Amino acid sequence: MNANKVLDAKGLACPMPIVKTKKAMNDMESGEVLEIHATDKGAKSDLTAWAKSGGHELVDHTEENNVFKFWIKKG
Amino acid sequence: MVEKKKTTIILFSGDYDKAMAAYIIANGAAAYDHEVTIFHTFWGLNALRKEELVPVKKGFMEKMFAKMMPRGADNMGLSNMHFAGMGPKLIKNVMKKHNAVPLPNLIEMAQEQDIKLVACTMTMDLLGLQQEELLDGIEYAGVAAYLADAEDGNVNLFI
Repeated sequence: MNANKVLDAKGLACPMPIVKTKKAMNDMESGEVLEIHATDKGAKSDLTAWAKSGGHELVDHTEENNVFKFWIKKG
Repeated sequence: MVEKKKTTIILFSGDYDKAMAAYIIANGAAAYDHEVTIFHTFWGLNALRKEELVPVKKGFMEKMFAKMMPRGADNMGLSNMHFAGMGPKLIKNVMKKHNAVPLPNLIEMAQEQDIKLVACTMTMDLLGLQQEELLDGIEYAGVAAYLADAEDGNVNLFI
């Protein structure tokens, strides 16, 4: 999937993945897609809930070698 | 534009671990686009103390309090497994290993995220703490100001 921006949040612990995602999202336009890489095991629940609450769309997510990848489209 | 949701937290505890939980929730809530207030009262005020000694005029009791309480977030003890000061050292090592953010950095991040840090003036008087001894850029208020934030809040915690 094509992302407008990639955020590397690997190795970061709660609450940093969400804080960084929010910061990255602030600089983006509606409809653009942010790709996030994280290793925090809570990231899936956290980012899913965060996207929903903020009116964004979690387009896709994968897990590979303990790295979670997320694609969130800004609402 | 919809009105922002609000998170309000009362930090009563002066324990490192409890303050950490409060500040993690606060920073998370700010990332959720909430307006966030942390109201520091009693021992929670110690999280706002500057680490360096600030020369201010104090009476005997106030001096005693100042000496006995931790000066700044990094010097606070643990609520559990404190082990006469060994506990905080251990936990800080473990936190480094797991990339968890230390409390002083969480407080700095809270200020960057425009979280409103409030010191309760009544308990500042009780503990003999003065504005010069606390971090810059915080607010001073009492119960009414807190309630004004909390009454239309969505998340409200007492830690």
